[in-house]
Amino acid sequence: MNQAHASNPARTTALRVLLYAMLGLVALTAFLPIIYMVGFSTGVADPTASFGLGGLSETAGRTVDNYHAVITDENTDMPLYLRNTLIIAILGVGGTVISSAIVAYGFSRVRWRGRGVAFMTMLATMMIPFPVVMVPLFVMFREVGWIGTFAPLWVPAWFGNAFSIFLLRQFFMTIPRELDDAARIDGCGHLRNFLYIILPLSKPALLVVALLHFMFVWNDFLGPLVFLTHRDQFTLALGLQLYLSKLGQTPWNLLMAATAIMTAPVLLLFFIAQRTFVEGISTAGTKG
Amino acid sequence: MKHDSLRTGLLWIGPWILGFCIFTVLPVSLAVYYGFTDYTLLESPIPVGTQNYERMLHDEILGTVLWNTAIFGVLSIFFGTILSISLAALLSKPARFQSFWRAAVFAPSVLPLVAIAVIFKLGYDPDPEVGLANQMIDWFTFGALKGPNWFGSGFWAMTALLLMSLWSVGPAVVIYLAGLRDVPKQLHEAASIDGVGPFGRFFHVVLPMISPVILFNVIIGVINAAQVFAVPLIMTGGGPERSTYFHSMYVYDQAFKFGDMGYASALGVLQFVIILMLTGLILLAGRKFVYYRGA
Repeated sequence: MNQAHASNPARTTALRVLLYAMLGLVALTAFLPIIYMVGFSTGVADPTASFGLGGLSETAGRTVDNYHAVITDENTDMPLYLRNTLIIAILGVGGTVISSAIVAYGFSRVRWRGRGVAFMTMLATMMIPFPVVMVPLFVMFREVGWIGTFAPLWVPAWFGNAFSIFLLRQFFMTIPRELDDAARIDGCGHLRNFLYIILPLSKPALLVVALLHFMFVWNDFLGPLVFLTHRDQFTLALGLQLYLSKLGQTPWNLLMAATAIMTAPVLLLFFIAQRTFVEGISTAGTKG
Repeated sequence: MKHDSLRTGLLWIGPWILGFCIFTVLPVSLAVYYGFTDYTLLESPIPVGTQNYERMLHDEILGTVLWNTAIFGVLSIFFGTILSISLAALLSKPARFQSFWRAAVFAPSVLPLVAIAVIFKLGYDPDPEVGLANQMIDWFTFGALKGPNWFGSGFWAMTALLLMSLWSVGPAVVIYLAGLRDVPKQLHEAASIDGVGPFGRFFHVVLPMISPVILFNVIIGVINAAQVFAVPLIMTGGGPERSTYFHSMYVYDQAFKFGDMGYASALGVLQFVIILMLTGLILLAGRKFVYYRGA
């Protein structure tokens, strides 16, 4: 704050009020879709509306029965979709964290000729849009009999993900080199240095990578749409779309309850790990 | 300092090299190859030369999807950049509960796209009893204005998608925040002493200092906008009359609806080439407008 402002308390107070009013308005607007979703998901459908579409009954109050109705709905199997999503997420998160950490070590603590070029090449691959490789990947996975299995959705994660490698490398670079040198003098090779020095120091970064991949899997729509074929393999994202496509039979309040079920875990995860998360994203943007 | 051997280096990045060959080099090469073939999955690809690319020249739907994608990309990046820089400026002011405000702005961006598309589909329902958008228009104008039938016309459907895209500026805001934090305090103070007001400082000090960050975000924006898929598919299905039909949806439909893998691959390659050219152009323009410290 400069002195002109500090010397005028009335003006400073007015500015503070304005600041908090704007922050409040922004936060409210940001949460609006979530509030709306929760509101609708706990409402009772207006019985006078045709087909269950239309508004909520204003007199019936609030209920959590919608959530129960969604989970037990015979047209869809939300618990199964949740299980499928979790299987893909856990296998993928494990793979991404392990392989990306190994590769990031090779891009930061091992010094070899050609490292810069290889790293640039890796960054460039982030520009390749999925639709380009969608058809060939489908053909390749069909060739090995993986279409209609979870494999295409988690096996690639075990070969390092460019963005995760980038994040981890940035983090590894901030660990003082003297630690490596000391380890080396003690007779540690790269493997022991990686396992006993670098990894334990990098827990927050590894957590960011794990979180980002988990959210990616939770969110992914096009991947499962292309590679999965049977309804009992669907992920939550596909399940929700399936539920939506039955619109006309599915009342909006149930659909919103299903959406809330899909949304709650990621929102919860985000608020728990919000700080780690936000720091991970800003590292990526400014140190590139 | 001791150098390691090339073998050690390659061994460590081995997993990525393998993945790069299998999941990037091979499919991209195959996509280029399929682009020059007639391929329906039922039989092996038949080379047809540049037929797929010639077909693009007369493909009216392709013209439509490219136009839609371009309009959506330009407008969403333009408004998104203005909004995210403004939000970052607001959030960088010292305030209580700062991490809460920041988390609030970021929160909508972690919602799954499918979920947010479903929420907004309901939110845009023309009936003000149901749809939040029209209910709010009703409210703020005291019933004087009636909200539009959002998915009834191309103009309003595109507007609806653009408005909605503003809820996912979270990552950009966070990156701008980090950029703003790195603007040296002395520059602010020096400009202040010289009598430059807050707006002058923003345009002449802050903007040039964060221009590399803007460049980064715009490039990410182009890559994302070119691939927009799930949200329009769920909200509008591309309609009305293909007014919200985007390039990635067209690639998907050609491949998995019409089974024309050859043409779909050529369309994918086109998308890649466009992204590469745009990124190149933006980087070139960046040389003129972007200020790099220490350069």
